[in-house]
Amino acid sequence: MDGNDETTGRVTPITLPSFIEVERMSQKLLRMSGIEKRFAGVHALKGVDFELESGEVHALLGENGAGKSTLMKILAGIYPVDEGEIFIEGNKVSINSVKDAQALGISIIHQEISLVPHLSVAENIFLGKEPVTKTGWIDWKKMIEETRKTLQQFGLELSPEVPVKKLTVAQQQMIEIIKAVSFRAKMIVMDEPTSSLTEKEVEFLFRTIGHLKEQGVGIVYISHRMNELFAITDRITVLRDGALIGTVRTKDTTADQLISMMVGRELTQYYIKDTAPENGGEIVLSVHNLSKKGVLNDASFELKKGEILGFAGLVGAGRSELMKCIFGLDAFDEGEIRIDGKPLIIRNPNDAIKHGIAYVTENRKEEGLFLIRSVQYNITIKVLDKFIKWLRVNARYEDQKTRQFINELSIKTPNPDQEVRNLSGGNQQKVLISRWLATNPRILILDEPTRGVDVGAKAEIYAIMNRLVKEGVSIIMISSELPEVINMSDRIAVMYKGGIRTILNRDEFSQETIMHYATGG
Amino acid sequence: MVYGIRSFIRANMGILAGLLVLCVIIAVLNPNFLTTNNLLNVLRQTSTNLYLALAMTMVIILGGIDLSVGSVMAVSGVVTAMLVALFDVPLFIAVAAGLLVGILFGALNGYVAATTVIPPFIITLATMNIGRGAAYVLTDGQPVRVMSDAFNFIGSGYIGGILPTPVLYSIIFVILCYLIMNKTKTGRYIYAVGGNPEAARFSGINIKRVKFFAYTFSGFMAGFAGIVLASRMFSGQPTAGVAAELDAIAAVVLGGTSMTGGYGRIGGTVIGALIIGVLSNGLNLIGVSSFWQYIVKGIVILIAVYADVIKRKTA
Repeated sequence: MDGNDETTGRVTPITLPSFIEVERMSQKLLRMSGIEKRFAGVHALKGVDFELESGEVHALLGENGAGKSTLMKILAGIYPVDEGEIFIEGNKVSINSVKDAQALGISIIHQEISLVPHLSVAENIFLGKEPVTKTGWIDWKKMIEETRKTLQQFGLELSPEVPVKKLTVAQQQMIEIIKAVSFRAKMIVMDEPTSSLTEKEVEFLFRTIGHLKEQGVGIVYISHRMNELFAITDRITVLRDGALIGTVRTKDTTADQLISMMVGRELTQYYIKDTAPENGGEIVLSVHNLSKKGVLNDASFELKKGEILGFAGLVGAGRSELMKCIFGLDAFDEGEIRIDGKPLIIRNPNDAIKHGIAYVTENRKEEGLFLIRSVQYNITIKVLDKFIKWLRVNARYEDQKTRQFINELSIKTPNPDQEVRNLSGGNQQKVLISRWLATNPRILILDEPTRGVDVGAKAEIYAIMNRLVKEGVSIIMISSELPEVINMSDRIAVMYKGGIRTILNRDEFSQETIMHYATGG
Repeated sequence: MVYGIRSFIRANMGILAGLLVLCVIIAVLNPNFLTTNNLLNVLRQTSTNLYLALAMTMVIILGGIDLSVGSVMAVSGVVTAMLVALFDVPLFIAVAAGLLVGILFGALNGYVAATTVIPPFIITLATMNIGRGAAYVLTDGQPVRVMSDAFNFIGSGYIGGILPTPVLYSIIFVILCYLIMNKTKTGRYIYAVGGNPEAARFSGINIKRVKFFAYTFSGFMAGFAGIVLASRMFSGQPTAGVAAELDAIAAVVLGGTSMTGGYGRIGGTVIGALIIGVLSNGLNLIGVSSFWQYIVKGIVILIAVYADVIKRKTA
């Protein structure tokens, strides 16, 4: 996407007539106008306008690096603004710290959960604003009572005294939201709140959002999932390369329009699945009756050469757990794994790697990347044998390998020595995939390969998958995004409570069928 | 190579400047500081701490800590001294035995750290006590005097009549550790395990082996430092190396290595150890009492590390 973005930006004038109506409406909850921000040479925000009504869900859309987070961090008082004005309920404000932002009723729920794991639900919600008795001690009774009330209000059946680390990710996210609301937040920014939620939990989150709307809370909703945007947002603002592309009413727009606004070009074929394995392709991996107490229950499946086998199921159905057993990260109680028909024992990941298996984890930051090390380090860490012999490092081979992957997967990085933490989510994911492609795997397990990745990078990851299967690699793809599994898989295994409930062929794919089996039907 | 030196200077700009300023101040207050003899003296005084600090750098980058090195120094020194002085064992074997003691302590630390969930702080706190106790038990609390010229040469000799032996070892170990951290798989794995242990596990890196290596190497270096120190003192002293682990940690931290692991450089540690060495040598030359020296050292560590943190934040 090179070329003159300013021109393309002008060519897409999506400011609709209806937008003018909105402009007329009474007092805005929030108005940010002409926001400018530069970081050491990078023009991160170029005169962006953004506004939010009370009771409105307003989506902020854009590829990673488009400026969404920067804009929200300015709102949250994390970055000072260079130029531009911020009005809250008509009054000009200056936000110089996170405290200022909180005092103004601004609350942000980050992608990463920021609760204290060892503290209880009540303690987390009241953290920093604990009620005290007359004598100055913490008023535990009041804290627990109020927490209980709030939990009930949100329909959560939880004890206020349970430590947060014992909750599921979805529950933790709800606690974050409750915490935000309990700050008397007038506006809440939600940054990819559904990235680790199941469909059912998403529904629950949406009900909560509805609830907040009724109370007049304004919500800025950041997500890459189109169906969610159409389900709950009122308006959508698109940013690209730090510039405002336009604000549209959700009911007047389409996914295609939004995508072309985002990427500045038409992306007609979003999912590009252009391959199909030959019929009766040989079986490269077979798993027989794998069981692990309380986790896996008699799971069996076969993977054919050059196919993409999707794994659908609710969170906790045992999909990642099954793959971790196959990859030698976890032990299992019973069952057998065969490669090319030969049974084998996999005690650790190195055994699996020797047999050509690679596993790209779903948690790239926690379990995948070495964030403070370079792109090169991260790509080559699994193939050091190929260029380090005792004290001799073949630096040329290492450089060449790294550049090969940076080019092939079009990883956007200024240079191979850049620390991985400075890359966008999509590029981080491509670095992690590169690490495993460097090992020349025959069987590639991708666990939620496009989580937290923008549309452009998503399409690129799908293209990589297509290329790999053409080269004869077999892919297992775990995904909680149904459109993704349906469009990219040749077959779909649906898991339920640690077992494989069914394996669907392409002509049987539908969201309803998958959900039916995923919920135990 | 030019690139290497340049990047070394750039990466360590802050503490290098600190070291230079320190040298200038001391040289102004006492011109004797800058004589060749005294500078070699500084390097010699720095050497045992540097051995410990080099290995400590690896352990800390790995995400661990080794508190036992001071005690291991004492045991190794005592064992070697006793074998030479009381049992007339050939020097070569006595030294080997001393090193073996260090390696065994290190291996014990490494084994427990790799196979249990006990925090390394606690593990090495325990072996620190065990080591110190062993040194007292072996010697009954008395120094073991050694009257062997060959033994004394180890730590007090000169190569070519000018280069003190401990400084020669320093040079060798700095090169060795630099190569391990920058040119070997083990070195990269140490950064990986310290930077993100989960990612290391998911990548199929043998975490246990990496941990075992780092602690064992630390034990070896402590053993070596203990023998050199014993040789310089002409005796095996059960009180040798008390609090040596803290000077080593200070050198590592001054060198910019992150206490939470994953980040650090051998070159930084060398400068860190030199700052500590120059400081105590210089304060002695100026005539500051040893009691005050502790206070000055503490303040310098605080300021230096704080300046480093600020620099990193703004960078």
